[in-house]
Amino acid sequence: MLNTKEVDLVVVGGGPAGMAAAVAASEAGVEAIVLIERQARLGGILPQCIHNGFGLRFFKEELTGPEYAHRFMLELEKHPGIEVKTGTMVIKVTADRQVMTVSAAEGLVCYQARAVILAMGCRERPRGAINIPGTRPAGIYTAGSLQYLMNIEGFLPGRTAVILGSGDIGLIMARRLTLEGIQVKAVLELMPYSNGLNRNVVQCLEDFKIPLYLSHTVTAIHGQKRVEKVSVAPVGADLKPLVEKGFDLACDTLVLSVGLIPENELSLQAGVELDPATGGPVVDSFYHTTVEGIFACGNVAHVHDLVDDVSTESAIAGRAAAAYLRGEIRGTRWLPVKAGRNIRSVVPQRIVTGQATPLYIRARFPERDVLLQVGRGRSRRRIVSPGETIYYTVKPEEISETDGWIGVSLEGGEIDD
Amino acid sequence: MTELTCIVCPVGCRIRVDRDGNGLKITGNGCPRGLTYAREEMTAPQRTLTAVVEVAGSDCMLPVKTKVAIPKAKIWAAMQEIKAITVHPPVTIGQVLKEDLAGSGVALVATGTIDQDEKRENL
Repeated sequence: MLNTKEVDLVVVGGGPAGMAAAVAASEAGVEAIVLIERQARLGGILPQCIHNGFGLRFFKEELTGPEYAHRFMLELEKHPGIEVKTGTMVIKVTADRQVMTVSAAEGLVCYQARAVILAMGCRERPRGAINIPGTRPAGIYTAGSLQYLMNIEGFLPGRTAVILGSGDIGLIMARRLTLEGIQVKAVLELMPYSNGLNRNVVQCLEDFKIPLYLSHTVTAIHGQKRVEKVSVAPVGADLKPLVEKGFDLACDTLVLSVGLIPENELSLQAGVELDPATGGPVVDSFYHTTVEGIFACGNVAHVHDLVDDVSTESAIAGRAAAAYLRGEIRGTRWLPVKAGRNIRSVVPQRIVTGQATPLYIRARFPERDVLLQVGRGRSRRRIVSPGETIYYTVKPEEISETDGWIGVSLEGGEIDD
Repeated sequence: MTELTCIVCPVGCRIRVDRDGNGLKITGNGCPRGLTYAREEMTAPQRTLTAVVEVAGSDCMLPVKTKVAIPKAKIWAAMQEIKAITVHPPVTIGQVLKEDLAGSGVALVATGTIDQDEKRENL
């Protein structure tokens, strides 16, 4: 007989999003909360992010990843209504909010929840996703896996490395490898601009004189048992490699930092609609998905630049789940966002009318001196880049219900070289 | 003229620094912290250093940081000292592991906690 437990709220994932959502829901009066984490400990990716730079927005002080996670673990301890289940894997979420879990300690347990918050985070895009030709030797790592091996387990991957992709984790790992005595020969970026935060290009690459090759990619991996070298080539405007201008870089390690993908297998099972632009669920201003009573926040909803934003957004989701459980925020009026010129994605995708909504906007390409338009709202921006979130809080008076939608666009800019 | 990207916060303001007689004229910073950053960067650049150290009897590493930023020029010497450290559990977050790291006057502190009997499965 399957063990079924009735609870108010199940939070799937014990990383920064899940922890912040559970704490906020508890503070807002939700009594029976279960926080489920697959790993043996809470914190998600934070314990391996040993670098500083976290917390400036949320805690107004500079913290490392483990310290940031520690703050939330202390918060969780103050909330006895939150039952933490580590070492527990969610194998299914249904549209009527049944959450099936499995763990070594309790076997199969099904929770019938009145509300669910999805906070499963994201995964790294691996080599297979970008089809790099060549052999399949040892020495190829995704940046996050390498970060785990170096910072938690204390292994060094090799002696000389090349990094493909200029995402933030790749930049952070370029510095980390260098500090541990591994020579980083180059960071290669397919696009003509860095995908990471500007400050990380400065403090991780320029500080250590690590060359950044924009508009370059790896065209082949060489080596039988171990990576021996990679072939590199510049790419044209169509992003296709110009192999005749290529060169080889000898290295024993190739690190991939080529993008993150929200982890939405469970969301899809529950019938949640995903936004192809973010890879995460379509949500409204309350981070309510298209399935009644199921919310989503953090990197499962859209990949964030900063954990601080994850915490802020997840607290909104946690409070909203509490309001939902009180019978509020049902059948709320919303308008869809319509992405215009130079807009890749906007979260939330559905803006609830009659209140202010903080937006996370991503541009398609870099530009200088642009005018951001959101509904009737206007804001000048000096620089926009796909690697950096554009923040804008849309106010109720900037939304017109008669339009039927809210346009978001960047106008009148100059392409930034 | 020098153009700096401010690294104090994720906004990453582009700050312009011009020589102004004996002083510096700093423009483009979005906040007062950027002013301090630009002045320090031009005269005595500093960075917070983070790393991991070995834990006796454990398969996991302990994350550490310099309590405040240290001179950029001392980073390599500081890393050499950090690599030589092995800590013995228990260690509590914020605990000083070494005073005056590489003669910087700054302490190395733990940014994580390791219990007495912590084993690999807890991380």
